[in-house]
Amino acid sequence: MRETAAAGQGVVDGRAPSGDHFIEADRITMRYTTRRSSTLALDNVTLSVAPKEFVALVGQSGCGKTTMLRILAGLIRPTEGTIRIGGQHLWHGSRRDEQTLRMLGLVFQDANLFPWYTVEDNIGLPLRLRGASKREWRTRAGELSELVQLAGFERSYPRELSGGMRQRVAIARAMSYNPEILLMDEPFGALDALTRDRMNLELQSITAATGATVAFVTHSITEAVFLADRVVLLTPRPGRIRSITPAKFERPRTLELQSDPAFQDTVRELRRQLYEDEGQDR
Amino acid sequence: MSSESQPAPRGKGRASGAELLRGKLLPWISTPVLLVLVVAVWKLVIAAFDISPYVLPQPEEVVGGMVEVVQSQGFMGHLWVTLTETLIGFAIALVLGVGMGAVLGRILWLERALRPLIVASQVVPKVALVPLFIVWFGFGMTSKIVIVAILAFFPIMLNSLLGVRSVEPGQRDVMRSLNAGRWATFWRLEYHSTLPYVFAGMEIGIVFAIIGAVVGEYLGGNQGLGYLIVVSLNALNAQQLFAVIVILTLLGFALFLAVVALKRLFIPWHESVIGVDESTT
Ligand SMILES: Nc1ncnc2c1ncn2[C@@H]1O[C@H](COP(=O)(O)OP(=O)(O)OP(=O)(O)O)[C@@H](O)[C@H]1O
Ligand SMILES: [Mg+2]
Repeated sequence: MRETAAAGQGVVDGRAPSGDHFIEADRITMRYTTRRSSTLALDNVTLSVAPKEFVALVGQSGCGKTTMLRILAGLIRPTEGTIRIGGQHLWHGSRRDEQTLRMLGLVFQDANLFPWYTVEDNIGLPLRLRGASKREWRTRAGELSELVQLAGFERSYPRELSGGMRQRVAIARAMSYNPEILLMDEPFGALDALTRDRMNLELQSITAATGATVAFVTHSITEAVFLADRVVLLTPRPGRIRSITPAKFERPRTLELQSDPAFQDTVRELRRQLYEDEGQDR
Repeated sequence: MSSESQPAPRGKGRASGAELLRGKLLPWISTPVLLVLVVAVWKLVIAAFDISPYVLPQPEEVVGGMVEVVQSQGFMGHLWVTLTETLIGFAIALVLGVGMGAVLGRILWLERALRPLIVASQVVPKVALVPLFIVWFGFGMTSKIVIVAILAFFPIMLNSLLGVRSVEPGQRDVMRSLNAGRWATFWRLEYHSTLPYVFAGMEIGIVFAIIGAVVGEYLGGNQGLGYLIVVSLNALNAQQLFAVIVILTLLGFALFLAVVALKRLFIPWHESVIGVDESTT
């Protein structure tokens, strides 16, 4: 395990060790300026994700995880730094690169479904926006409902679903157009432990099947180590990379892995770093 | 993930007896009971205080009066005038209210610039302006339509403005991440999330519209149910006065229910409609 310099002493390089970069965030600085204050949410963060790699972002609340993900998604433009995806710049001035955006699928912490649409319509929305025919998007919505275990619920409205089911609809929606990259912001944050474990296993099999590249934000260190190839720990105020921890466990992973000593060591070490930062924080 | 742990797809379990009573049958029982109660109290008050029929007629006299009024020559004309004023004025208010609410909701600086004017026009007791409109637009239908439109306009405009502003940021992010254009964002997101607010404005607006029409008719002209009230009053015909009031109430009820029906048609997915569904159907 590569124990890295503590926060504040030099910048941790978050580039993929393989040297093969699919997503490249280069020296990203994000400063939020409101009328009252100015927050340095991210300070000179360099991070890359290799093709088909699964990277988890962890860190205490307010350390800039969501900010980083929104920047990767092109929802906000960083104050400084560049984003390249598949070698293409995401931003051209104040415009976003259309081709690049099409490679991204987003899942938010709240499912953000449209309550006026049925499950099927929600899943089909991205394809409809791309001008797919009704038959096309409905077929695809049917397939995806099955994939996320929601067959039979195509005509239900979001309000008729449980929180976990809604989150699965959101995942299906993000996957409807086969994006090469999935960006997920605490997608399972609101779920109970059991459902969460199931969703983790499911996500693993889905990403294995589709070969997607994933950046995944979570509060849970166990979840991060279980899912990811690399775990990026961020420190708050200003948001910097504290450490990069590889999680090289064999795939497919089962829940038994969580009782493996090597797995538990990794989790313990990350947790130690997290609490250490908290101690430093005033 | 096992599927047996999930609720059955779109299955609606059979309601228990108590649920049925509370949900479906309740209005059918409570409404007549309430009606009987009102009539009983009404009769009791007349008997207890020995009230003259010129002040408060017996309920059955009012019903008799209603039949008489409805059958009387010219009634349909009066009803038609009030209904026309209300509906045309309301339609104008709807178009202008939604249009202006949408514009002000999107253009922040314009709303801020116009805010003093909006607040002022809200604070003004608009009913006090009615005589002015009669001076300006005459004793015919036009002045009443203007009054109706102005009264119904504000709740519709303010609610639409609020609606346009209330699109959920998370849902906006979804459209933005999908690189949706302006039109798609409007049609798939903004339109749907604003509609419930527009309907909330319409529900208030339709009630204001009838008030506007009737008050306008009180003060000028010789047509409409409001005018009929003035005539009954001048003739000290309490029976007819009460009859017209009840008819006006029924008219208001019908128009309000029409708006609610439209709402159910347009936003069946919305909480306000689901609430109605669960308690009455
Ligand atoms: N729109 C904004 N305007 C101003 N400041 C913001 C904005 N969004 C985030 N911030 C600030 O940036 C910092 C990082 O926020 P961010 O949402 O990225 O944290 P996070 O790591 O996702 O936290 P959590 O785990 O609680 O979701 C916080 O200090 C927050 O106050
Ligand atoms: Mg967050």
